[in-house]
Amino acid sequence: MSHQGNEPEHLSGKDPLCLEIFARLSEYLDGELAAEDCAGIEAHIADCAPCVEFVKQLRASIEASHRFKVPAEPAPVDAALRGKLSQAWSEALARKKAAGQG
Amino acid sequence: MAGDASAFEPFVESFQAKIFQYTWLTCGQREDAEEVAQETLLKVFESFDQLREPEHVRAWVFRIAKNYCLMKRRRSVYAPEREYSLDELLPSFDGERSLQVPDGSEVPEDALLRGELNARIEAAIRELPEIYRSAVLLRDVEELSTLETAGILNVSEDVVKQRLHRGRLALRKALAAYVEAA
Ligand SMILES: [Zn+2]
Repeated sequence: MSHQGNEPEHLSGKDPLCLEIFARLSEYLDGELAAEDCAGIEAHIADCAPCVEFVKQLRASIEASHRFKVPAEPAPVDAALRGKLSQAWSEALARKKAAGQG
Repeated sequence: MAGDASAFEPFVESFQAKIFQYTWLTCGQREDAEEVAQETLLKVFESFDQLREPEHVRAWVFRIAKNYCLMKRRRSVYAPEREYSLDELLPSFDGERSLQVPDGSEVPEDALLRGELNARIEAAIRELPEIYRSAVLLRDVEELSTLETAGILNVSEDVVKQRLHRGRLALRKALAAYVEAA
């Protein structure tokens, strides 16, 4: 990045337009904004290096959440729990069947 | 949800993995995560005949998990809740280097890099105050809809959006700080 020192408004995040966009970026990235609001944001971003960088970073961290995987396996379901689950399952099936017929 | 006995085994496997991912990030300790996951799993199997909307089965399961997590939490010591203001999440690009997190199109092939990013995002999610963590977990990790998430958390969709946004901003900041320190 090269915006160091010469864009104090942007750098401190105090440009009103940057701030407005900053507050709505998730909705923008999630496609939850109206078309005209999207167009407004895109028009600004096209011309604003700090916003471009910020969108890129935010998108990257969202992607990291999407890809998150638990770094451990849960302990296997032991025989006692498996028995309870199996029984609960049969009983729920029976209730469902009875409700369906009644 | 399918109603025949042959579905039992696959359900145990898939639900256990899903529930454990949720409780892992929500409960402070591995023991708690295991215990809450088992309680949730049993509750799911005991009450699946009460599932009204099979297309929202995952949201239903996470609602049960959330309730068990809350019960667990009351019995343990947790950091006090706090709320973020947008101001404190503002970027300060003068000090932050570009965040070296690959986007979806360039997943790192190096397993080490992948594992490291995973560990960083995990640490950052765990550090979020609960209201933001639950929103990020359900929307971005589990990829439920805003509406489903609102139903699980008993808040409006606007509140979900606000919490999600602030949670994401905090994660971005945490990851950027990590890159900075590296
Ligand atoms: Zn801008």
